[in-house]
Amino acid sequence: MTAEAVIHAVNLTRHYRIKSGPFAAPAVVKALNEASFDLYPGQTLAVVGESGCGKSTLARVLTMIEPPTSGELTINGHRVELKEGEPPPADLRRDVQIIFQNPYGSLNPRKTVATMLEEPLKLNRRDMSAAQRRQAAMEMIDRVGLRPEHVDRYPHMFSGGQRQRIAIARALMLHPKVLVLDEPVSALDLSIQAQILNLLADLQEEFGLAYVFISHDLSVVKRIADDVIVMYFGQPVETGHAAEVFSHPRHPYTQALFSATPVADPNRRKERMRLQGEPPSPLSPPPGCPFAPRCFKATSECSLEDPPLEPVSAHVNVACIHVEKARLTLRP
Amino acid sequence: MALLEIEGLDVRFRTSTGLFPAVEDASLSVDEGDVLSIVGESGSGKSVSMLATMGLLPWTAEISATRMAFDGQDLRRLSPRQRRKIIGGEMSMIFQEPMSSLNPCFTVGTQIDEMLKQHRGGSRKQRRERTLELLTQVGIPDPEKRIGAYPHQLSGGMSQRVMIAMAISCNPRLLIADEPTTALDVTIQAQILELLLELQRDNDMALILITHDMGVVAETAQRVIVQYAGRQVEHQDVKALFAHSRHPYTEALLSALPERAGDQQRLPTIPGVVPGQHNRPEGCLFNPRCRYATEHCRQVAPKAEADDPARTLCHYPL
Amino acid sequence: MTTLSPSAAPGTLRYQLAEFWGSFSASRGALVGLLFITFILLIALFAPWVAPHDPALQNRDAFLVPPVWHAEGSWRYVLGTDAVGRDVLSRLIHGARFSLSISAMVVVLSMAVGIFLGLLAGYFRGWLETVITRLMDVVLAFPSLLLALGLVAVLSPGLTSAMIAIALVQLPYFVRLTRAAVIGEKDREYVTASRLAGAGHGRLMFNTLLPNCMAPLIVQATLSFSTAILDIAALGFLGMGVQPPTPEWGAMLANAREFMGSAYWAVTFPGLVILLTVLMINLMGDGLRDALDPKLKRS
Repeated sequence: MTAEAVIHAVNLTRHYRIKSGPFAAPAVVKALNEASFDLYPGQTLAVVGESGCGKSTLARVLTMIEPPTSGELTINGHRVELKEGEPPPADLRRDVQIIFQNPYGSLNPRKTVATMLEEPLKLNRRDMSAAQRRQAAMEMIDRVGLRPEHVDRYPHMFSGGQRQRIAIARALMLHPKVLVLDEPVSALDLSIQAQILNLLADLQEEFGLAYVFISHDLSVVKRIADDVIVMYFGQPVETGHAAEVFSHPRHPYTQALFSATPVADPNRRKERMRLQGEPPSPLSPPPGCPFAPRCFKATSECSLEDPPLEPVSAHVNVACIHVEKARLTLRP
Repeated sequence: MALLEIEGLDVRFRTSTGLFPAVEDASLSVDEGDVLSIVGESGSGKSVSMLATMGLLPWTAEISATRMAFDGQDLRRLSPRQRRKIIGGEMSMIFQEPMSSLNPCFTVGTQIDEMLKQHRGGSRKQRRERTLELLTQVGIPDPEKRIGAYPHQLSGGMSQRVMIAMAISCNPRLLIADEPTTALDVTIQAQILELLLELQRDNDMALILITHDMGVVAETAQRVIVQYAGRQVEHQDVKALFAHSRHPYTEALLSALPERAGDQQRLPTIPGVVPGQHNRPEGCLFNPRCRYATEHCRQVAPKAEADDPARTLCHYPL
Repeated sequence: MTTLSPSAAPGTLRYQLAEFWGSFSASRGALVGLLFITFILLIALFAPWVAPHDPALQNRDAFLVPPVWHAEGSWRYVLGTDAVGRDVLSRLIHGARFSLSISAMVVVLSMAVGIFLGLLAGYFRGWLETVITRLMDVVLAFPSLLLALGLVAVLSPGLTSAMIAIALVQLPYFVRLTRAAVIGEKDREYVTASRLAGAGHGRLMFNTLLPNCMAPLIVQATLSFSTAILDIAALGFLGMGVQPPTPEWGAMLANAREFMGSAYWAVTFPGLVILLTVLMINLMGDGLRDALDPKLKRS
């Protein structure tokens, strides 16, 4: 890749302290553990996993709503140094915007569409006049496929798909370089989902946007992702080129996740790889590999230590002691 | 005679701006051992017809049907007392949000016990034994401990298992599952679907699965009803539906699935949105979004042909 | 619904107002309340022209004249006169000015401070929240009238101190409501989106959050309004509020207290007016809550 990465993340980690009682010692919840990746303009990185796997924490760290507990985050060539509760520097904040899953909660019910779209400009582009702001909002409304008469309406009159279009328009007002898409289509109907996915693809091409696409829907991810991170219990368990991970999943969790996803083809009903039990409680993590208690490959060695991500091929890393590692001679 | 038979079911809601037809002319019949899936997008009225059958709709609903019978008993003429006996007993239902379907103030055991008390009776000890048996049956580990748990101590998957335990506590002959896995993770969804099918097979139950997920339909159902804007647009066997869908809406819906789109650059979409109360089109309800629509479709509402086993609601079935 | 004008496009402010009016006017009680309050407001506004007499004018020929329907009554004093010969009706009409405007000021003062403190507490949480909520708990722990009395005694009796005292007594309700609403809204995604757009603390609190927290506050304001009328009247009655000869409803009650047995009208009518006004405001508040509270909104 010749272009410079818009996001360069190394071992991003975010821990929370949870106080269970007034006298209990605070427990540390490792919501996100050592996630590393590079994201290039025009590329899509998919983050896949189930609830509680740290997807949303990653979104909050990337959008600089929260600082990472450790690890380093470089956005557009600038190292992000963030203190707890401190707003990020304005120029970096503009570069990363977010789209949420629930289009009903992400729009302010007391503001018209125009007000919402103009707000980012009002706050960041002091040089623009009210007329210019309005003009920019109208252009964006048209770009995301809404009609001009929509701008003076309030959010509750729109359908889910239209609201998601508004949310996308708002995120693009400052021409960001990265969009973090937190389950952007999972609350939408199938026919609307396809419209939004197409819109996102068009916008990516037009503006050269980089997407961090957080989703649990593998059929969607498979379509749009260039790279993928599969997460379980706050940790990346398999990362790398999407094509290879999808055609040849190696980590037992990735395999189980793919197997559990229903396929819309009644002729391919299969014996599912059954995944027993549920993810462990973050307050009492199991020893060693967090997936071991549910894993069909687990042996006693698995509970000894948490396996690190290691390369298994030129483009894929896996964190599992039962997966054959790439030959170390691959190193130049 | 089928276990549940519905014909010509209409459900209208009284709203501040007039009557809104949520379901029109719905028909279905299920037998013991059947797995029927009703599939549709939001606003298609897919849950409403089943809620109407269960008598669970609010007072603003007006229900009429030419036939609505469970095991030969006319559901329209039941006294509230008889109805309560069937519903929750021989015919029961589980819902989308397991977390809010359980009462947060009582333990799991108490809530299952309540159900048993209502429908089966028995001594306290018998009921407790049955409760433990049910919890084991739905795959809850350590039932002796979980029987005293409060709903907030359970995960989504566990709560849904408890809901299933309550629903099957009286050995129902028909179980209606309304989006039972939509709120759950994929791996948990697989577990719950498997559990439902297992229970259905073992007890020779009829299962009606309401969902929006074509993948879930493909993996579980035997027969499928596709619903659009309150109308049933086609009835088919699951394999036939995915291989040769008859209604343009079904075809469009299936081709909008990312996994069926293949290597196309853009996903095929269905333009527009499901019509609401104020923008119902003339003629066929799907015509503004249909790629095959003709002038005839825009003026005349289609009727299913009498000799069409799929009962396709279209002038030009595919 | 007939009140929904078809010309208003869905989603615009006008449509929302029409929708609001639709659900507000569905409640008959709320409409009656609104009519009555409008009537009282108009009377208060035009008091000098509506009132038949000067409220402070003492007529030495007419002490304790009974209302018109008594044999000794006359049309000159429709609701009779008090112990120093002042017309009760005129005093009630002028009293409306004082009672309503004082209560309005109390509510505005209490609401402004309460919303500010509530926003701070709900938005920043932490020690600031603890301090504010504990302070409010302390205020709530006092019997409200006693606290008001004590404050007035400290601040010297008079209108301004009575207003401050009652506003303080009302404060905790606004603080608690605002804080609860802010906590509920704060983690919604639109707030995060606004933050990512670059909105600072002040903008988030007042521009983004506050409008979404107003519904319960408006309802509480109407209820506080009626409580304020009562409290002002009570302070007036105890001689700690409005000082004579200002025609304030509570003070009127107090002045006529000793003639309760012989001249019922001097006590009854001020009491009745207070009762009716408070009742009607409460009715209107209930209607407002039905129309504004999204949880009660029918789909």
